[in-house]
Amino acid sequence: MTDLHTHAEDIVAQFSDHLDLTVDEVEERLDNLVNEYRVPVDEARRSVVNSYLDEADLEREALGGGGNASVGLGELDQDEQWLDVTAKVVELWEPRSDSVAQVGLLGDETGTTKFVAFETSDLPELAEGKVYRLENLVTDEYQGNFSVKLNRTTTITEVDEDIEVGDDAETVEGALVDIQSGSGLIKRCPEDDCTRVLQNGRCSEHGDVDGEFDLRIKGVLDDGEAVHEVIFDRESTEALTGTTLEEAKDMAMDALDTTVVADEMRTGTLGRYYRVSGPQFGRYVLVDEFERLDDPVDAEAALIEARSI
Amino acid sequence: MSQAPTREVARRVFAREFNDASHTFKESDDERAPVYLLLPTGERANRVFLVGTLTEKEDVGEDDEYWRGRIVDPTGTFFVYAGQYQPDAASTLRDLEPPAYVAVVGKPRTYETDDGSVNVSVRPESITAVDSATRDRWVVEAAQRTLERAAAFEDESNEYARMAREEYDLSVDDYQGMALAALEGLDETDELGADTDAGLDAQAEH
Repeated sequence: MTDLHTHAEDIVAQFSDHLDLTVDEVEERLDNLVNEYRVPVDEARRSVVNSYLDEADLEREALGGGGNASVGLGELDQDEQWLDVTAKVVELWEPRSDSVAQVGLLGDETGTTKFVAFETSDLPELAEGKVYRLENLVTDEYQGNFSVKLNRTTTITEVDEDIEVGDDAETVEGALVDIQSGSGLIKRCPEDDCTRVLQNGRCSEHGDVDGEFDLRIKGVLDDGEAVHEVIFDRESTEALTGTTLEEAKDMAMDALDTTVVADEMRTGTLGRYYRVSGPQFGRYVLVDEFERLDDPVDAEAALIEARSI
Repeated sequence: MSQAPTREVARRVFAREFNDASHTFKESDDERAPVYLLLPTGERANRVFLVGTLTEKEDVGEDDEYWRGRIVDPTGTFFVYAGQYQPDAASTLRDLEPPAYVAVVGKPRTYETDDGSVNVSVRPESITAVDSATRDRWVVEAAQRTLERAAAFEDESNEYARMAREEYDLSVDDYQGMALAALEGLDETDELGADTDAGLDAQAEH
């Protein structure tokens, strides 16, 4: 109940310039929706706010903050949070399901996040590279990753401005202490839209297939305080190891064994220090850029720092 | 967040502190729960990462190959044992010609000798030849981590420091002095010029 009371206080404060409300009456309306009609709190709050907006003859923006949170796209950390954002459509992807109208990447100053619009919501189409004011989005969480969903109530207004989309790349460094199985020369399922890594020539979705060779490294960077799992794709694996996909195939052919490739990679990279940066995806940082930390250490500076610990 | 057991971090610890440690413990009754070595500066170590100079290697196995390597850092010597269950590390030790800079990721192992003292060694997960820059970076890192542990030793919330006080009769100040001396040693080598390392590098990187 105290939760509803807090929401009621917020709403009264929001309308303090426009309507003469009491916390009790607002709380009663919220309580009715939440406890009588089983409406989720966020939705109840929206609905109550909307009715007062009508009463005061106001647009949502006039409230400055409105009923929805304004959180940067790179800073999402709650599931099912209602949001208003001004964002740029960074990329549009090919929807993989008939129920999805549009899917892609939205960005604002704080970073980027995936968005999905469903066919059933019947919304106007977003164009890549354009900036929109989007109101009434809801966040979604899957395995620690946040995305936003557009829905029937979402309003879309094109905005005539450009946004410098923020870089929410993670940067981590440490010694490369492990290259995990599934690294080196691997085969991926060739089926459309399936890039699963084959296990003994089998795709977990499509069964026995004739896989396509690829390179990757699933590694662990460890700084003595924390571990970071990182994935180097083919391009960054080639840059890291100096071995191209073609060379790796030749090595495997000569040895009649694909595991020689990962073994060779381990010999050349384990125990060295690296700094990598790229987007975080679940447990992994997907490496966009990396550098080997092999400059001579500045022992004098280290000593000065150490004496201060 | 994830259901998979989290990977144990690899502690940075100098040979002297590592060899002074003797107490091991588990944090749950589960048979497969990780075993931790209690570091005298008040930290638990289920895994270590170290870089030093491989000065000797010897096959001490009777029937099967069982390689022992001596790896030296500015404070002492790590003993590393690799046999048939660590085939990659064993073959690296077999192939390397000392002296060579090596990086080792591994698990602490303790065993009690006939006279009742406890010896500590490393069972390697990997051994790779590295260059002198990597070795120097490790010395700096190990010194920093050691000093950080020493600085946190008096914190009331530091349960491993409390455990170390109960299990060991060792002075944290000594490890602070040791870490600073290791950095001073690096600083002096800097002044002598790094060229003397060149021969080792060429070998280590073969």
